[in-house]
Amino acid sequence: MEKDDAIEVLLVEDNPDDTELTTHALTEGNKTIRLLHLKDGVEALNFIYAKKTYENQKIQNDLKLVLLDLKLPRLDGLEVLRKIKEDERTATLPVVILTSSREKRDIAEAYKLGVNSYVVKPVGFDNYVKTISSLAFYWCLVNEKPV
Amino acid sequence: MERKRGIEVLVVEDSVDDSELTEFAIAQTKNNIQLIHFSDGVDALNFIFGKKKYEGQEIQKGLKLVVLDIGLPTLTGFDILRKIREEHSTKMLPVVILTSSLDERDMSMAYELGANSYVVKPNEFEGYMKKIGSLAFYWSCVNERPYQI
Repeated sequence: MEKDDAIEVLLVEDNPDDTELTTHALTEGNKTIRLLHLKDGVEALNFIYAKKTYENQKIQNDLKLVLLDLKLPRLDGLEVLRKIKEDERTATLPVVILTSSREKRDIAEAYKLGVNSYVVKPVGFDNYVKTISSLAFYWCLVNEKPV
Repeated sequence: MERKRGIEVLVVEDSVDDSELTEFAIAQTKNNIQLIHFSDGVDALNFIFGKKKYEGQEIQKGLKLVVLDIGLPTLTGFDILRKIREEHSTKMLPVVILTSSLDERDMSMAYELGANSYVVKPNEFEGYMKKIGSLAFYWSCVNERPYQI
C-alpha cells in the first residue's frame, strides 16, 4: 500500500445502520479521510497485524484512529483493545470505543485496558453527525502520535 | 478557592501567555467549561489529591480532564502524569499532554506513561483557538469520563 493511500481510520462495527451513519459522520467534515470498515474483531486484528488476507501488507501502526464497537462477532471490542495495547508495536495506536453502552463496567474496563477515549453513540441524526465529526477532527488533526 | 459549577478541566501550564490563550480558547467554546489553572506541578498534585490547603476536598472526582505541559517548575508534566496513573483514585482520569515539543521521544514517553492524547501547541492564534477549542469540546462533551467502581 502506498503511503499516500494508507488507511488513517479503521472502523470496526458490525451493525449496517450504525456503519452507514458513522461513515457519513466521519467523512462529513473531511471528505478525504481514508477510512476502512471491518465487521468483526478477528478481521480487525488480521488487518492491524498483517495476517491472513493482509499478510503482504505492513503492520498498521501508522493509523490515526481505531474506532471500535464493543459488541462484535468472533472477538469483542474489549479483546481487540486488549491485544492492541498489550503489543508494544501497536500500544501507541489511538483507540476509541464507540458504543451504545453506558454501563459503568464497560467504561471502567475499557479505561483499565488503556483505551484513549470512550464515546457513547449519540441519539438523533444531527447530534450523531456533530459528535462523530468532532471525534474525527480531534483524532485525525489535533492529536499527535509517534511515527 | 471559590469553585463554580460546570465541567472541570485542570490545566497545568507555567507560561502566562499560553495559559491566557488556553483559557480564552476554552471560554470561546461556550460549553460551560470550568477551567482551573495551576502554574506549578506540586500545587496541581495537592489540588488533585486534596492535600495541604485542599485537604478534605474530594477534588479529582469532579474533574473531566487534566491538561499538562511538559516543562514545568518543581515537577515535570511527566512526573504529574506518572503520579496520576499510579494512584487508584485517578489512574483512569483522562490526561492530555499539551506542549510545544514535537520530539518523538516526548510523544513516546507520554503514551508509555498512559497519556490519553498528545497535542502540540500551534504557533499562530487562529490555529491555537481551533485546536484547543476542539480539545476542550471533545474531552468535555464527547468523551465519557470513567467511573470508579
